Amino acid sequence: MSQKAHDIFFRSNAPVTVDEDKCIAHKGCTVCVEVCPMDLLAINPLTQKAYMQFDECWYCMPCETDCPTGAVKVEIPYLLR
Amino acid sequence: MSLDNFLNLEQEYDIVVIGGGTAGPMAAIKAKERNPNLRILLLDKANVKRSGAISMGMDGLNNAVIPGHATPEQYTREITIANDGIVNQATVYAYAKHSFTTIEQLDRWGVKFEKDGTGDYAVKKVHHMGSYVLPMPEGHDIKKVLYRQLKRAKIAITNRIVSTRLLTDASGAVCGVLGFDCRSADFHIIKAKAVILCCGAAGRLGLPASGYLMGTYENPTNAGDGYAMAYHAGAELANLECFQINPLIKDYNGPACAYVTGPLGGYTANNKGNRFIECDYWSGQMMWEFYQELQGGNGPVFLKLDHLAEETIQTIEHILHSNERPSRGQFHANRNTDYRHKMVEMHISEIGFCSGHSASGVWVNERAETSVPGLYSAGDMAAVPHNYMLGAFTYGWFAGHSAADYVAGKEFSALDKEQIAREKQRVYAPLLREHGLPPAQVEYKLRRFVNDYLQPPKVTRKMELALERFDQIEEDIAQLKAANPHELMRAMEVAVIRDCAEMAARASLFRQESRWGLYHHRVDFPERDDANWFYHCHLKKDQSGRMVSHKREVEPYLIPLDDHERNAYDKLRLKAANG
Repeated sequence: MSQKAHDIFFRSNAPVTVDEDKCIAHKGCTVCVEVCPMDLLAINPLTQKAYMQFDECWYCMPCETDCPTGAVKVEIPYLLR
Repeated sequence: MSLDNFLNLEQEYDIVVIGGGTAGPMAAIKAKERNPNLRILLLDKANVKRSGAISMGMDGLNNAVIPGHATPEQYTREITIANDGIVNQATVYAYAKHSFTTIEQLDRWGVKFEKDGTGDYAVKKVHHMGSYVLPMPEGHDIKKVLYRQLKRAKIAITNRIVSTRLLTDASGAVCGVLGFDCRSADFHIIKAKAVILCCGAAGRLGLPASGYLMGTYENPTNAGDGYAMAYHAGAELANLECFQINPLIKDYNGPACAYVTGPLGGYTANNKGNRFIECDYWSGQMMWEFYQELQGGNGPVFLKLDHLAEETIQTIEHILHSNERPSRGQFHANRNTDYRHKMVEMHISEIGFCSGHSASGVWVNERAETSVPGLYSAGDMAAVPHNYMLGAFTYGWFAGHSAADYVAGKEFSALDKEQIAREKQRVYAPLLREHGLPPAQVEYKLRRFVNDYLQPPKVTRKMELALERFDQIEEDIAQLKAANPHELMRAMEVAVIRDCAEMAARASLFRQESRWGLYHHRVDFPERDDANWFYHCHLKKDQSGRMVSHKREVEPYLIPLDDHERNAYDKLRLKAANG
């Protein structure tokens, strides 16, 4: 039997968070997903709310600034905080 | 799964502009103005609404040449001196003569500049000799202004496309673009009569001191894609060894920002709170002094504002915490840094290529033409020294006009199926591979090697080792595994960064002298050597696919330099701090 490296996933704390009570993605809003230069945000198909899918944040702020309901919050990534 | 799973989407446009940040939108709009019948496509890896270096706006123009404050001749002289003489003055002069026209255009579109009580532009002095800095305290809306103009001009826009290679025809002219969608993974084949590259700096070359991959000075979307695409299409790149290295807020890695605070009384200081440089304008010589202070017992270096009046501090906070990098305020708050009481700790950035700040870019002439027919370039990636945002807009304008004239009456070239098939195979290999290396780790290792071996002061033996390491990374790239289209984008970026890393090493090895202060300080050749190296150094891919460099004469100056000003940028260290 040959040896195969399996994947181990590295845990991270999302620096971009969404207040699901304020998020209106279920009504079709995708503003934060659209404006992220790094394409890190997505809509969760189960909850129909925006969330941070990939941890590659440049803490540049369009997602927070452009959110029409103030649901998105950007923290400086821990490594730089 | 096989290659056939990925849909081929074919389109054709007269002109394709790659990159919708700063230069790109201007290029698209001006090409359309020149000839409204043209079909123009603006491609962006992100979303044009918030892409590029000015995603969150900009707090000022760093190189405004405004009648009554500066002349094009004076500006051209200053940049020639700041860039140690290695300048095609025709490109800088063309920018300078058009600078005010570009400002007036932006002003008409609704970009707000600071004006004084009489309605005149409130120009400030930051450079060593002349006055070219025009604040934009309300500059956060600049992308909105551009987007409105793109819509008005009816420019077609496709977002989230990672362009990977340019197609060339039998004559060597550019005739199309290949890329993929970073969400659906669809393959895009776009026929074009001309292509304008506006892909920004190579900002993910070095690893920031924080070790965080995406904590770069540049918007990390700008991985150097434009440099790699131009290189593989056969274009010449100029003076890449003149790296971009900037003085930044430590860890945060954004500008501190001396251009905003300088005119209001802020300055760069050492650990004793003393000034050590006369002029905060970013030049290689200034960075050399900054580096000496950091490494010597006088470091760290700080931005000093704590002596300023409350109302001045409030003005600075308003500008710096709402423009360009608005999370600065939060960063300072987390570390209890209040401008009123504490100096801001600074550090130097990772290395990169960027002609916007230094001089490393794809070679262009004063019409934004590259050395490849049908290929144009503008903005941070195009080699017009110290061109900054206003230079990006201006050369975007030139590129739009030049490309529109070039495609007039021109037919499409047939696309080479072989080139397309080869690229499709290269792009999708990481998705098709069942097991393999994670792109983020390969990128980390590659960029750590860049720091270990290429960061100035540059050492010949280290750079030779770098080339060996980059060859090994090439083998690792052939083992990358991407789990989804997003990770495929990162995998393709690793290849781009590796290409740029090899270019950085070879360009630096070729120029056997020191020039541009810290940007190209070679320990084995510590002196500037005008007799042998008063040349541009160009790099390109030769017929057999090898990376080669050659010297090119510096074009005769249009604006001669006076002897007394020739060395102005060599004397940046304050005499008091020397003692």
